[in-house]
Amino acid sequence: MSILIDKNTRVMTQGITGKTGQFHTRTSRDYANGRACYVAGVNPKKAGEDFEGIPIFGSVKEAKEKTGANASVIYVPPPFAAAAIDEAVDAGIELVICITEGIPVRDMIQTRYRMQGKKTLLVGPNCPGVITPDEIKIGIMPGHIHKKGPIGVVSRSGTLTYEAVGQLMELGLGQSSCVGIGGDPVNGLKHLDVLRMFNDDPATEAVIMVGEIGGTDEEIAARWVKQNMKKPVIGFIAGITAPPGKRMGHAGAIISGGQGTAQEKLAVMEECGIKVTRNPAEMGRTLKSVLK
Amino acid sequence: MKIHEYQGKELFRKYGVATPRGFPCFSVDEAVEAAKKLGGPVWVVKAQIHAGGRGKGGGVKLARSLDEVREKAGEILGMQLVTHQTGPQGQKVKRLLIEEGADIKKELYVGMVVDRESQRVVLMGSSEGGMDIEEVAAKTPERIHKLAIEPVEGLTSAAAAGMARKIGVPEGSAAEAGALLQALYKCFVETDASLAEINPLIYTGEGKVIALDAKLNFDDNAMFRHPELSAIRDLDEEDPAEVEASKYDLNYVQLDGDIGCLVNGAGLAMATMDIIKVYGGSPSNFLDVGGGATTEKVIEAFKIMLRNPSLKAILVNIFGGIMRCDVIATALVEASKAVSLKVPLVARLEGTNVELGKKILADSGLPIISAANMADAAQKIVAAARA
Repeated sequence: MSILIDKNTRVMTQGITGKTGQFHTRTSRDYANGRACYVAGVNPKKAGEDFEGIPIFGSVKEAKEKTGANASVIYVPPPFAAAAIDEAVDAGIELVICITEGIPVRDMIQTRYRMQGKKTLLVGPNCPGVITPDEIKIGIMPGHIHKKGPIGVVSRSGTLTYEAVGQLMELGLGQSSCVGIGGDPVNGLKHLDVLRMFNDDPATEAVIMVGEIGGTDEEIAARWVKQNMKKPVIGFIAGITAPPGKRMGHAGAIISGGQGTAQEKLAVMEECGIKVTRNPAEMGRTLKSVLK
Repeated sequence: MKIHEYQGKELFRKYGVATPRGFPCFSVDEAVEAAKKLGGPVWVVKAQIHAGGRGKGGGVKLARSLDEVREKAGEILGMQLVTHQTGPQGQKVKRLLIEEGADIKKELYVGMVVDRESQRVVLMGSSEGGMDIEEVAAKTPERIHKLAIEPVEGLTSAAAAGMARKIGVPEGSAAEAGALLQALYKCFVETDASLAEINPLIYTGEGKVIALDAKLNFDDNAMFRHPELSAIRDLDEEDPAEVEASKYDLNYVQLDGDIGCLVNGAGLAMATMDIIKVYGGSPSNFLDVGGGATTEKVIEAFKIMLRNPSLKAILVNIFGGIMRCDVIATALVEASKAVSLKVPLVARLEGTNVELGKKILADSGLPIISAANMADAAQKIVAAARA
């Protein structure tokens, strides 16, 4: 078991003909069951052609109808990425993973508004994607550092997720699924949504939650954990040393109006029974310490 | 991206948000000329820097004659203005705004931000204008009113006038204030703003509603569709190292420590700063080189870090996924040679082709200190910076 994706997921790539889309579609297809999972690409100008054997369709709707794809990964450039999400939502795709970094917030507000009441789940944007090790990878993370196991990982950051996975692997701990929810202020799934899924997933025994400064998502998730989570959760928040008012790379990583500090988040998480570490080199060992 | 108050007010006027009449000035003579053109008995001389808290720092002065305009403009122009947002070194004032005086009956506060939780633009208003709004929010949160705006219907005239009444605009001026808030929302959306603040918004003895201040920040991700805004960016107000870095697509923030950091990914870059602190050191910058660190990018990154006279050592922390460790190792070696690097360099490489990467560093003949993991890297860099 796993969350969000497994070997039976059927994926289309929106933006399959761009350099990034090509590169990552190729490496994802070469990972585990990728050959069976990657079934379609979308580009209105290249409909009827193929990318290394993967057929390209003119629209998401057509790609879904012809191949049965139920997930989409988006590598479309920022000015057009929100419209690409809209198209996938309108076509009724169950899961949309948007890798694109740099989408204007105004576009995402409109897109999230349109998604209300729709069945589509959105991961991202500005995220590394989702991997269920040894089954399927959808996104830009290095597949080879992962292996199947009992730990769930959810994070707002890309390489820091790989760091957490690397530390788990040194301790011999594999992962059920790893979800990068992305570093933008207006996005799809939040920590809370992913923790809820890990809670319901029989293959997940414990969860690492990696957050960063900005917003209150981690606090909201922590309060939910206190009331509902049946499994141990450990946490790290990046940006303890970040000064207020400075945007640290991610559009959402900013301490503003006295809100979103790492100290505040860590304090709330501890209050809610989440074991936290302030040392990013200790994420793996902290997780191991809570395993039964 | 941030702009000056006078630029914000120009945008406001375009959208129908009432402001006092005024002119930007770059010299004392221009300031006096502006005051003559405006006429009237009272003028306000306002320092134009991006930081807030200008009034308290002595950057906003009232003048009651043209001689006083000359005097105050002379005092403020060129001063090193220190506010709670500039840091102790302050910011040099290079531009002024000369405005007509206003008959202030009451000062109010309005602001707009993108709220992550509701995923909406939120309008905030308070009767407590002219004060530090964060202080108001902390001490008397009941005096701050919030309204999440539905993206499709926008800010309706009824909702806007309702907010105006809540923050104490008199009934006779509520419709006018509502129209001003609607104009502000239109401006916010159409310019891809991330923050808009009017502090204070006033009503006058005659019941007119006017924006006495204008603070606008914009979404950097949307600047591609606003060349008119990029054109008025004032680089003098930004950190020169950060401006230089942005030319090379490097995400850089200057800090006040002595250990330089070069990392791929924003989260890992923050975590790297944090772990330096855990082991007793102090980071001199945040730097995310992104997914494609070429030799050219690493050279520029080193140059920018080396501008800081207190820099004592550089830590490179790369978790290579897409970015291969052999490629980054080659870039590090070539960049070290290109800038004749004199400060100690600790490199922690992990991920794709890590063994090859470490071999390239070892074979380079350069005194690059290799680290096994993040903790090892932090210990080694702190020791190197102290040596």
